[in-house]
Amino acid sequence: MATTKAAPHGNERNPGVVLQTDWFEQVAVNTQAAERRAATLTTRRTVKKEWQAAWLVNAIRCIDLTTLSGDDTPHRVERLCAKARQPLAPHILEGLGLERLHTGAVCVYPTMVPAAVRALKGTSIPVASVATGFPAGLMPLPLRLAEIRYAVDEGAEEIDIVITRAHVLNGDWQALYDEVAQMREACGAAHLKAILATGDLKTLRNVYKASMVAMQAGADFIKTSTGKEGVNATLPVSLVMVRALRDYRDRTGFRIGFKPAGGMRSAKDAIAWQILMKEELGNAWLQPDLFRLGASSMLGDIERQLEHHLTGRYAASSRHALA
Amino acid sequence: MPTVTEILETMDYGPAPEATAEVDKWLRAHGPFGHFIDGAFVPGSEYFAVYNPASGTELAQVAQGSDTDVQAAVAAARAALPGWSALPGHDRARWLYAIARGIQKRERFFAVLETLDNGKTIRETRDIDVPLVARHFYHHAGWAEMLAEEFPGHRPVGVCGQIIPWNFPLLMLAWKIAPALAAGNTVVLKPAEYTPLTALAFAEMLAEIGLPKGVVNIVTGDGATGAALVAADVDKIAFTGSTEVGRIIRRATAGTGKKLTLELGGKSPFIVCADADLDAAVEGVVDAIWFNQGQICCAGSRILVQESVETAFTAKLKARLAKLRVGDPLDKSTDMGAIVDPVQLARIRDLVAQGEAEGATLHQAQCALPQTGSFFAPGFFTNVAPANIVAQEEIFGPVATLTTFRTPDEAVELANNTRYGLAGSVWSENINLALDLASQVKAGVLWINCTNVFDAGAGFGGYRESGFGREGGREGMLAYLSDPAVAVRQETAPIPPDTAPHPDAPAIATGIDRTAKLYIGGAQKRPDSGYSYAVVAGGHTLGLAGLGNRKDIRNAVEAAHAAKGWGKATGHNRAQVLYFLAENLAQREAEFARRLAEAGVPDAAEEVAVSIRRAFYYAAQADKFDGAVHSTKTANVTLAMPEPFGVMGIASPADAPLLGFLSLVLPAIAMGNRVVAVPSQNMPLAATDLYQVFETSDLPGGVVNIVTGARDELAKTLAQHDDVVALWYSGPSARMVEEESAGNLKSTWIVANRNWLGSEGQGRGFLLRATQIKNIWVPYGE
Repeated sequence: MATTKAAPHGNERNPGVVLQTDWFEQVAVNTQAAERRAATLTTRRTVKKEWQAAWLVNAIRCIDLTTLSGDDTPHRVERLCAKARQPLAPHILEGLGLERLHTGAVCVYPTMVPAAVRALKGTSIPVASVATGFPAGLMPLPLRLAEIRYAVDEGAEEIDIVITRAHVLNGDWQALYDEVAQMREACGAAHLKAILATGDLKTLRNVYKASMVAMQAGADFIKTSTGKEGVNATLPVSLVMVRALRDYRDRTGFRIGFKPAGGMRSAKDAIAWQILMKEELGNAWLQPDLFRLGASSMLGDIERQLEHHLTGRYAASSRHALA
Repeated sequence: MPTVTEILETMDYGPAPEATAEVDKWLRAHGPFGHFIDGAFVPGSEYFAVYNPASGTELAQVAQGSDTDVQAAVAAARAALPGWSALPGHDRARWLYAIARGIQKRERFFAVLETLDNGKTIRETRDIDVPLVARHFYHHAGWAEMLAEEFPGHRPVGVCGQIIPWNFPLLMLAWKIAPALAAGNTVVLKPAEYTPLTALAFAEMLAEIGLPKGVVNIVTGDGATGAALVAADVDKIAFTGSTEVGRIIRRATAGTGKKLTLELGGKSPFIVCADADLDAAVEGVVDAIWFNQGQICCAGSRILVQESVETAFTAKLKARLAKLRVGDPLDKSTDMGAIVDPVQLARIRDLVAQGEAEGATLHQAQCALPQTGSFFAPGFFTNVAPANIVAQEEIFGPVATLTTFRTPDEAVELANNTRYGLAGSVWSENINLALDLASQVKAGVLWINCTNVFDAGAGFGGYRESGFGREGGREGMLAYLSDPAVAVRQETAPIPPDTAPHPDAPAIATGIDRTAKLYIGGAQKRPDSGYSYAVVAGGHTLGLAGLGNRKDIRNAVEAAHAAKGWGKATGHNRAQVLYFLAENLAQREAEFARRLAEAGVPDAAEEVAVSIRRAFYYAAQADKFDGAVHSTKTANVTLAMPEPFGVMGIASPADAPLLGFLSLVLPAIAMGNRVVAVPSQNMPLAATDLYQVFETSDLPGGVVNIVTGARDELAKTLAQHDDVVALWYSGPSARMVEEESAGNLKSTWIVANRNWLGSEGQGRGFLLRATQIKNIWVPYGE
């Protein structure tokens, strides 16, 4: 592992660094100021007409199209994968002047990975699997690590792990660091997205600290939520996480991805989070290698908006293919 | 238009202009705009063009108000006054509510028109200015409703002349008109010549809702029109604008009895402590000096950063600066629009160039500016010596200065190293440190971990040369109300000091010579002049008093400044001293009564008795006259704290030599001020006899300093003294006092001579004038 300043080239994977609590223990995060900034991001910037269409298309490229339900079946997952391969009706795609488009990934439970891999065969769409006792993560560590290996063995190229929230709440940074580092090791070549479950962490300082530890332990992405917490992705929480990964980049040179997840349902949300990424980080974080939107119903709204953009008529979801 | 595929490469925002068709139609439908007088538009005699600063194109022709126009408007307001002020508060509340609703129903119209006229971004007019305007009228509808209950005995001031600036045209209109109408006043308002259009649209809206004619009159024009309004038969002038013009108005209204409130310039500190959320503080700079093109009187234009985080903070600030978008103010993705006028642009350019020439380093956004219109790329200076012009002068543009400090003490020292005192902000995650700094910065508004937050429920206004008076909240209402009526008593004429030896002086007759010296810094000092003057009553010389001069005043002011601890003492501590003073005076009650009687003072015994009671009253108030927590934003404690001015001057009436003096000195010191007081010119011995009382009462030296002599001459020196913050004057030379006080724009109070024995000789009104309100905004939430 690198210790401090590495000099990565291009999008070299974050190898992590040794745990350095002085990078975050004294961090100051002012909640109201973060909320103010988050609230004005979308009042300071907007996209209209062709630009709005393009930004919505870009959002589709970054969506981890997700199903994480107790009643998921292989057929349900196949249907989702079909939508991931063809997220827009052909006439919309054509109207936008695009040749092809697919989502950033498909995100499923580990036992659904084989079905997803089969359904996405022949595409470049990666399968992401949640793991490590998703969503609560309260399973013995060996089992959680075994779950990662299982999903990777089944063909998952991305693993969305959950952290032990107690380590954050108790300030046990070494334990958190060790856990994520072992998970990263278990992932092998698969990319690790660390779900912080920010709704459980409560304070923005905790969010910053957990973000920094996850990155130090080698996370490729940091992700807000499982979608199962009381509060999932919010703009203030996202703001703090992207600032943390900006600080990590400034210290190490490594670029970490960001994935808000849960609670984002509208095309408007898709634009809002992209504005956040562009303003706080820059265009590189509008690409699927550094930005994902963990969502399911958002795509349907985007499709309706894009049809409206083309026809001038408000669209009905019954006229678009289900995910 | 680029294709979707092309945009996917750049991920640009693209244009997003707000439509102007409705406003264009309105502008086209109007010929030249006249004045709004007595409920109708009347043509002007001359017109001038109003331009869109973003394009330089003409928007409209607007009338240049003449003396005659102003007089017609004032006459209309005067005629409307009896009816309007006699309305029940509830009826005025209905009108204010209708205005608030009218604004909301046309919120986008006003926002677009304001952006066209002023050049500020549509985001700001839409999200900030216009909502605050509506909020202001709602809030003041409430004050109208509750006026009789909340301000018993107060009366409207009368006809108010209001002159507003171009940086927040409609918002400043609301800040002026809403409280004036709520309190029962009528108004003649002059908008700035660069930006009169929203005021004219507002006037049309008033006509539409049917506000009684003459209650609000709007006369457009330049500074000459403003000067005519200041000179007109109005009862009050409220002015927001430059300190330079504020001074002119102060002099012009001196001695006229016109009530005056001034909201002037600023050079507000923006203090970033090492433990601050630096990203939050960077956004604070965006909301401070890179807001409204930096054309904000309360802008945090002096960034003070703790040395240990300077590098990190500056790097973040530069990165953020690079993200700012400057251009078409109608575009919804623009951060900074146009400077209001080419004249202002030239001024900013000159100051910035001069700052660079004097050695400061400019960091400016490298953004492409539009080819036409008045635009200036935002930035900030580093390596700014305190003497650099950009550290001293208000640039009124989007350029801050950045300097470092090492300790909190140094931050305070730097923050207060300015003539101004409008606002400040403090960034720290340590509540102890943040509140400590906020309490020490001399300014009317302090924002902790935020900046440029406004609400109608909190007072806004400055210390020092940033003016006096507050706008918003309870304290703002007081600026539009007159105190309960006081029966004015003709003062006994002061006797010119006579320094010649008086053979009938009774000094030796009483046994041992009594020498009344001056009292400075807790010690008796001989007057610098080396002269004494005879205190004469009923043809007898009672004794001699020192003839104080300018230098004695200078020394007394220095002594008063040295007695800093008094302002920091608890109200309880001050109360104890005042109670003790009453006790010690009571011990010598008979002696004081006898001395006053010898001096021919009527009701001598009662005067001493009331003096003792008065000391009790202000002892009681010392720990009770306190502030408020205003209801403003959610999760925000907005503390309205009455703070002492610091060093005050007091010139006492000739009458009631003991009680008149104490009636002014006691409330001032009860609130924590230190005073330099000139006692009754005719009978100063009543005050000089108090020296021993003060000393035995544990009154710290320097809290009360007494200089005897010619009152008006000494008052003039006090008025001119830049280190005296407020001056109370009882006597006939109001004009002189007010004129001479224009130098540092000190707060003055011309105290009518009155029956000092009665209830009008004391009260909260005295305490209100012995303090200035500081509003501290403390947001919370983890």
